[in-house]
Amino acid sequence: MPQTKSWSVQSVLLLLLFAAIAVFTLFPIYALFLASFKPSQELLRYGLNLRFDTELMSLKNYAFIFSGDASNYFGWYTNSLVITVLATLLCLLFSSMVGYGLAVYDFKGRNLIFVLVLIVMMVPVEIILLPLYKLIIGLRMMDSIWGVILPFMVAPLPIFFFRQYAEGLPKDFLDAGRIDGCSEYGIFFRLMAPLMAPAFGAMAILQGMGAWNNFLWPLIVLKSNEKFTLPIGLATLLTPYGNNYDILIAGSVLAILPILILFIFFQRFFVSGLTVGGVKG
Amino acid sequence: MKNHTVAIQAVEKKRSGSLAYNQRLAPYVFVAPFLITFILFFAYPVASTVLMSFQEVLPGQTKFIGFDNYKKLLNPTFYKAIANSAKYTVLTLLVLIPLPLVLAVFLNSTFMRGKNFFRSTLFVPALTSVVVAGTVFKLVFSELDSALANTFIGFFGIESQKWLGQSSTALLVLVLLATWRWLGVNIIYFLSGLQSIPTELYESADIDGANTWDKFVKITLPLLKPVTIYVLTISIYAGFAMFTESYMLYNGNRSPKDMGLTIVGYIYQQGLEKNNLGLGSAIGLTLLGITMFINLVQLKITGQFRKGD
Repeated sequence: MPQTKSWSVQSVLLLLLFAAIAVFTLFPIYALFLASFKPSQELLRYGLNLRFDTELMSLKNYAFIFSGDASNYFGWYTNSLVITVLATLLCLLFSSMVGYGLAVYDFKGRNLIFVLVLIVMMVPVEIILLPLYKLIIGLRMMDSIWGVILPFMVAPLPIFFFRQYAEGLPKDFLDAGRIDGCSEYGIFFRLMAPLMAPAFGAMAILQGMGAWNNFLWPLIVLKSNEKFTLPIGLATLLTPYGNNYDILIAGSVLAILPILILFIFFQRFFVSGLTVGGVKG
Repeated sequence: MKNHTVAIQAVEKKRSGSLAYNQRLAPYVFVAPFLITFILFFAYPVASTVLMSFQEVLPGQTKFIGFDNYKKLLNPTFYKAIANSAKYTVLTLLVLIPLPLVLAVFLNSTFMRGKNFFRSTLFVPALTSVVVAGTVFKLVFSELDSALANTFIGFFGIESQKWLGQSSTALLVLVLLATWRWLGVNIIYFLSGLQSIPTELYESADIDGANTWDKFVKITLPLLKPVTIYVLTISIYAGFAMFTESYMLYNGNRSPKDMGLTIVGYIYQQGLEKNNLGLGSAIGLTLLGITMFINLVQLKITGQFRKGD
């Protein structure tokens, strides 16, 4: 049956429903954005509200952040960027290798390794926080970015995902690559990895988001203010003795930006990537 | 086909001297990153946390104390933490599975306009960190009459609430926060599942005269089962692992009467704030026990054992 795109009753109702949900979704972010232009006394007196008072609003909070003497905001920002980029790149590299290896080769111990991946996936990371903390102290990696990155450099979910995706790759390419004299690693990096671009796109979003927004583990590892990541730094602005809302709110708005850009950039891979590889079970 | 293999073997023979061409070694090189991190950052910590749960771990000295840590767990604060985590998990499941499933079906329907716009818009909250989201919700649900939430219920003539100060509404705020952040993500998971259902199934159902409801119950739901199990699994996991949301709403582990304390919050409090790694490990292992039990029940009910892969 040909689909006629007319304004039927159904489509109007659906549109209204989703418009309402979109309002629910965007409201808090809009309110945050609005508040970032208001002085913090206004927030303390009236809470987060939708008063659009142009006389009150100014760029003062942002100017305060950019002046640099407010806090170590840009130091935190840089730390977060470095950690996010490193953690995401390393995780994509290693997890795609493992997933590909599990999908493409038939080797002794393959099933065992896959079961181990599934076990790691099922056990909450939170139960090993304390022994990991002890281990990081032992490895002298406290208060360093490597202490934050190393334990989670290879993640089970991306491995699982890349494995699913790699299983759909044409195996003829392997033989073709071998005949043309490509090494096993050359086949992966030059032939197969480019074919997995949508998977890399989807995982870049998920891992990048996770790394940028990660809180609990960096909170445990990072001790000094100049090493803090953005979420940890922002959280220190909220104390029981008083809240620095002026920096916090404007700082939060700026904190959403990089991940929003990443999302817009890789978005088109996201749903297609998940559809082909991810959760077909 | 045979010539093909012969050709490969010939090339292989030529290259056999070089490690880069060794097909038997290659898979192990590919999985090596996992094996190394598994041993160092998973197997060893798990073993060490089991050991620590029977120890009193003090700086410079540790001593075995048998089951004392586990005995210490039998206290009201721990029960409170478990109850909070369990309630939070159940409520998030009740909201965050049926709702996104139905919305994904709507979004996937032929009547829907602006699919791409809504798909992206609903995903935006997931991009914000819990720290940012927590700050926003803390302010939206503040006690002030003029705060957003109180203004909203004011329209309906309900008086202002101390949202975060009373246990009934505190949990509600936490669940709302989870709904706000994860609704769009779960919609995308279900959407990806819907898009892998072949349209021919619906076409032949149309020929058989099936109505929309029949198609939903007999085609859509059964074929979405794998995605639903996946979403269920990660939601249970996320529910019991919840910590940062409560940490942000209550400036750390400082909720009145522990109404916001979760199991992970209790691990953090005992293990890191009070430096009692032994007791913290015992809490962690209890959490492991709980999640393993739920996983097994879930696998049994959903029949994943029989699938055999």
